[in-house]
Amino acid sequence: MNFNEFAAYAYFFLIMFLVIGTYSYIYHLYKNRKDVTGVDYEDYSNMALKDDIDDAPVKSMSDDKEK
Amino acid sequence: MENRPLEYDYTVAKMFMLTTIVLGIVGMTIGVFIAFELAFPGLNTILGSGLAEYTNFSRLRPLHTDSVAFGFTVSGIFATWFYVGQRVLKVSMAESKFLMFVGKLQFWLYVIGVAAAVVTLFMGYTTSKEYAEFEWPIDIAIVIVWVLWGVSIFGLIGIRREKSLYISIWYYIATFLGVAMLYLFNNMEVPTMLATSPAGETNIGDWLHSISMYAGTNDALVQWWYGHNAVAFVFTVPIVAMIYYFLPKESGQAIYSYKLSLLSFWGLMFVYLWAGGHHLLFSTVPDWMQTMGSVFSVVLILPSWGSAINMLLTMKGEWQQVAASPLIKFMILASTFYMFSTLEGPIQAIKSVNAIAHFTDWIVGHVHDGTLGWVGFMIIAALYHMAPRVFKRELYSKSLMAAQFWIQTLGIVLYFTSMWIAGITQGMMWRAHDEFGNLAYSFIDTVDVLHPYYALRGTGGLLYLVGFFMFAYNIYKTMTAGRRVEESELQNASPMGA
Repeated sequence: MNFNEFAAYAYFFLIMFLVIGTYSYIYHLYKNRKDVTGVDYEDYSNMALKDDIDDAPVKSMSDDKEK
Repeated sequence: MENRPLEYDYTVAKMFMLTTIVLGIVGMTIGVFIAFELAFPGLNTILGSGLAEYTNFSRLRPLHTDSVAFGFTVSGIFATWFYVGQRVLKVSMAESKFLMFVGKLQFWLYVIGVAAAVVTLFMGYTTSKEYAEFEWPIDIAIVIVWVLWGVSIFGLIGIRREKSLYISIWYYIATFLGVAMLYLFNNMEVPTMLATSPAGETNIGDWLHSISMYAGTNDALVQWWYGHNAVAFVFTVPIVAMIYYFLPKESGQAIYSYKLSLLSFWGLMFVYLWAGGHHLLFSTVPDWMQTMGSVFSVVLILPSWGSAINMLLTMKGEWQQVAASPLIKFMILASTFYMFSTLEGPIQAIKSVNAIAHFTDWIVGHVHDGTLGWVGFMIIAALYHMAPRVFKRELYSKSLMAAQFWIQTLGIVLYFTSMWIAGITQGMMWRAHDEFGNLAYSFIDTVDVLHPYYALRGTGGLLYLVGFFMFAYNIYKTMTAGRRVEESELQNASPMGA
């Protein structure tokens, strides 16, 4: 197998990997609906809507420290 | 510490708002002038043939492109970052003297860099690489400004209260990383003073003037990898960052699908970097690379429309806001123009279409429906949303804003329709031939035919510029004469005077 042939196979499998990766990611997002910390992905919109400095964060850094 | 009343600090955001407006006026004024130069060539020597060096199209064109891209747009990106960054991370610049110092230093170095760029380009110092004309000392200054911005981004992220990064922050980070990579690789250059002639002579060049480290086809490849991704990471990615914050905030509506925003982000990041080859169709670069450029350009429709549709659907059930608020109008039309130009671009990148479109005015039209409609409108909308919040005053005039919207929209429509007709006419005339293969037209025939469209394009640009002056005046009056407002009035829809 010369380099060009190798590059062609590598390119094909890279594209396959990325396509499968992307579709798996879509499936994962829509099936689980929540991330690993239990926050619904859609709730993250509140980061923009409730963004005054004294609004409660969607997921606070200080909560993390308490754990 | 926790009980001390804390406020967001918009000092640096305000500074960059000023440069956004000033450099917008400079860049667009030059743009309108050179558009009329193309229609009425006598303008090239308007100050006499002795000064023609400074007034001709080729000297002024880089000043136009660089001041709207790296002046107006980049200032807009910085201004919105120093506003949005604090708010979605729920941390104030006032909490860190270091970050405040870095932000101000970034601003002043940026101003010095811009001044140096304007003066040297005006004097005729250029590397002759499109959108990368600055000579090496200015490139170094720009790199320092960019690194300082990176310190601001990651510094603010480092002291944040909100653990997750809002989608806009992802886009700002991508802008930072993307531009850093592109700018460094495309601007590798050597001062000609260090060159040796074939005869062995040295010291024959100039310290300020430099040439690219790449040559021939390699230079073209790197240049258009840079050139197209400058469109990606200056005109697309950071503007998407803006609309993902400002449209939901101004309308009070949550993003239609946050999950879709995540998908579109990764799609855009992967696909965009491969599309630059479409600038080199039918040139000396390998054929497979040209095909790849075309294919990735077409695939690019998906992530682009993912974001654009997500924004339009955010207004679901709230379309009366588009009718009621000129500010929402600007953003919805921006999003629509984004869909429009991200469909037009891939069509132009298809080889058979490109055979007609390449080097014609259709390309210029395409760039301008994207930049005037999408980039310009979004930055204008962002500054209108920010103004009442940073100055604590009501927007001076809603009716002036609405008039500006319609005047600029008309300007854009005149611009791109005239360039469509001009471009396709040019493309068809250049390739028309008789049965023996003799060209049917000479170049001057096309110039004659295009004159009315060039005059129309100049008029369209002039209308957009008039609207921009209305915008500058509205913001100035907001700062100085707008009614003072309370924090409670600033939740969602921006307060506007009649």
